[in-house]
Amino acid sequence: MSRAALNKEFSGEIPTGTYGPAMHLTETLEGWRNEKPLIDSNICNKCEWCYLVCPEGVIYSENNDIKIDYRFCKGCGICAKECKKCAIKMEKEGAANE
Amino acid sequence: MNNRVFVSGDEAIALGVKLAKPKVIAAYPITPQTIVVERLAEMVEKRELEAEYMYVESEHSALAAVMGASVLGVRTFTATSSQGLLYMAEVLHYASGGRVPLVMMNANRSVALPWSIFGDQRDSLSLLDSGWIQAYVEDAQETLDMVIQAYALAENKNVLTPVMVNLDGFVLTHTYEAIDIPTEEQVEKFLPEFKLEGKMDINAPKNLFFSSSPSDNIRFKLQQHQAMEDSRAIIKELDRQYEEITGRGYGGLATGYRTEDAESIIITLGSITGLVKDVVDALRSQGKRVGVVKIRFMRPFPEEELVELCKNADKIGVLEKDISFGYHGTVYTNVADALKAEGKKLINYIAGLGGQNISADDICNIFSQLQSIDTGVNVPTLNFVGVKG
Amino acid sequence: MLKNLDKEEYFYGHKGCGGCGGSLAVRLALKVLGKNTFVVVPAGCMSAVGFLYPQLSFGVNALISPFASTGAMLSGIRAAANALDIKDCNVVGFAGDGGTADIGLQALSGAIDRGDRIIYICYDNEAYMNTGVQQSGLTPYGARTTTTPPGDYIHGSKNNKKDMFDIVAAHNIKYAATASIGNIPDYIRKVEKAKNIKGTSYIHVAAPCPTGWGIDSSETVSIAKEAIHCGLWYLAEYEDGVYKLNHEVREYASIEGYLKKQSRFKHLTDEDIEIIQKQRDRKINLIKRKVKNYEKILENQ
Repeated sequence: MSRAALNKEFSGEIPTGTYGPAMHLTETLEGWRNEKPLIDSNICNKCEWCYLVCPEGVIYSENNDIKIDYRFCKGCGICAKECKKCAIKMEKEGAANE
Repeated sequence: MNNRVFVSGDEAIALGVKLAKPKVIAAYPITPQTIVVERLAEMVEKRELEAEYMYVESEHSALAAVMGASVLGVRTFTATSSQGLLYMAEVLHYASGGRVPLVMMNANRSVALPWSIFGDQRDSLSLLDSGWIQAYVEDAQETLDMVIQAYALAENKNVLTPVMVNLDGFVLTHTYEAIDIPTEEQVEKFLPEFKLEGKMDINAPKNLFFSSSPSDNIRFKLQQHQAMEDSRAIIKELDRQYEEITGRGYGGLATGYRTEDAESIIITLGSITGLVKDVVDALRSQGKRVGVVKIRFMRPFPEEELVELCKNADKIGVLEKDISFGYHGTVYTNVADALKAEGKKLINYIAGLGGQNISADDICNIFSQLQSIDTGVNVPTLNFVGVKG
Repeated sequence: MLKNLDKEEYFYGHKGCGGCGGSLAVRLALKVLGKNTFVVVPAGCMSAVGFLYPQLSFGVNALISPFASTGAMLSGIRAAANALDIKDCNVVGFAGDGGTADIGLQALSGAIDRGDRIIYICYDNEAYMNTGVQQSGLTPYGARTTTTPPGDYIHGSKNNKKDMFDIVAAHNIKYAATASIGNIPDYIRKVEKAKNIKGTSYIHVAAPCPTGWGIDSSETVSIAKEAIHCGLWYLAEYEDGVYKLNHEVREYASIEGYLKKQSRFKHLTDEDIEIIQKQRDRKINLIKRKVKNYEKILENQ
């Protein structure tokens, strides 16, 4: 399953009136976070609870592995707090542009 | 079916709407629009009109509901008056900014306080900036023809602007007249099927009615303004096409009656035009050079047309059923701006507020007063007819 | 449960605060409803963060309605879908406190009255969060908001939460439920149920707001669980005139524990907490009585 594509080439044009396309993303949000969730795949039992509780929907299962779309992770920490196996740790990081 | 019927203004609206075949109708009853919604409900019940007739609990909800329906690509209709129009005022801006091609009938009625169910034009004129095309009709025939043209205008892809059709409350909504109804075939020839390019579609989903940034907002508003400007030519073209098919044309954004060599002209809006035409004929038979200009659309405003129609007259009286407190009537301020470089004497006559009767004598007096300017009489710019100011 | 969820994400790249409860409620509901869905979102947090042109975050058809009009636009869309003979589509609205209980209440009432096949989901974060945490009709007793400051004079909100679940039930709605992101399987089950109701359904989902409640962004889901455990939030359903409590708490967790974790309740005195406790007891008794009454009615039928 592919993640939402970013329209990097967005020209800045406006449509006629407020008729816009669905799921049209022109910027990423990784600059929002101070810490980043890291999943320890040795402890993780692939229950996918983290996938359910993430408000952003950036956690997903692919090839029996739990992955995170860091482009849109805001580092809220819900996944780390809710993981029943304590397999997710939040690691400090600076703003993406620094 | 007999194509000539004896109906009221409200009923003419319903007949026009029936011919346009909207699929969703949502309206809240308010005097003097009630006959419109009642007739439409009857038509739906008799299966003469195949539409979803929604019960709504307020005018604000009525307009919101038809907006929601319209962006699925479905033709809609709603109607209101005075208090209801102002209650949905927020949604008027929403529809025009959202470029949703709605058609709405408004029965011009006085706005509280004091309460009055009778007609004047303060309701719609106070909302000229809402971004809607605003048409004002003179009689029941024009009413029916205008409703059909309103759909063609709103839905035109270069316009995509909602249209408000205004009828004077009671004096037009509830008076009876013999009118001709076009056939279904004629309407089908004139009014194309509704196709909305940006509509919500399961196979091509959209995100509508979004927010704009400070740098983008003015671009959206310019676009909206441009569409309204572009609609001028389209209004004239639709009038021409309609005349070709039905034999009835109305002359575009503004028309003149006996204005070519008039010295004094009264500018009117709505049903009062009929009475003024009668007075013009009577005074002409006495040798007085008078005429009347009827504004059919307040937005877009017929700037060029007014300059052209008034070019030979030097005394202009703007007769309207509203007042913008603390200045002049709104029709007057719009007209004064259009004619500002023309060196004419412009006088504002406020009459008909809250259903006040305007008589032929009143019109005669206005023409007399305008003519008296030539003899050096100082006529005040603003005049409330029938009251000492 | 995971099997029933669409793998696609239909609410993505939005600019909600990190840890936003409301966005989790929207995201999960859309994964239950899938791509054949039309979404209405009134002014509020979800519309403010999801429709900032050019960043448009809904993967299904979605639009912003005027603040008061969620119920009306939902009905309008359903009427058009019927006219176009679009079979099997969901028409769902996500409204917050204001859009549901205050400014939007009239249109919601009208929508239920019409009985159209729509789903109305209220994400309850207990204040007008989008405009900066002002008191709403769903703000609980004692809460600090920017319009109910916690001083000696006003001392936090003096109002009780409007009981929206009861209000919609009193309309004789086809289906209503309270839910919470603190119990995700229960919430998902209820959205699934609403999807299949041939009439109007309403779900009132607890959606904590870390920003407005004064908790860490990681605690959104756990605080919602605690609200259920201390009895301040109950999970119930109303269907065809019958009330049902989904989850009876045998022994309540500490109300004070739940309240004091949040900055918005920091100022509460013991007296305040006692009032809140009594309110909880009264509310639970009321719902239990309703459940018993309807059980009796069913028995007698």
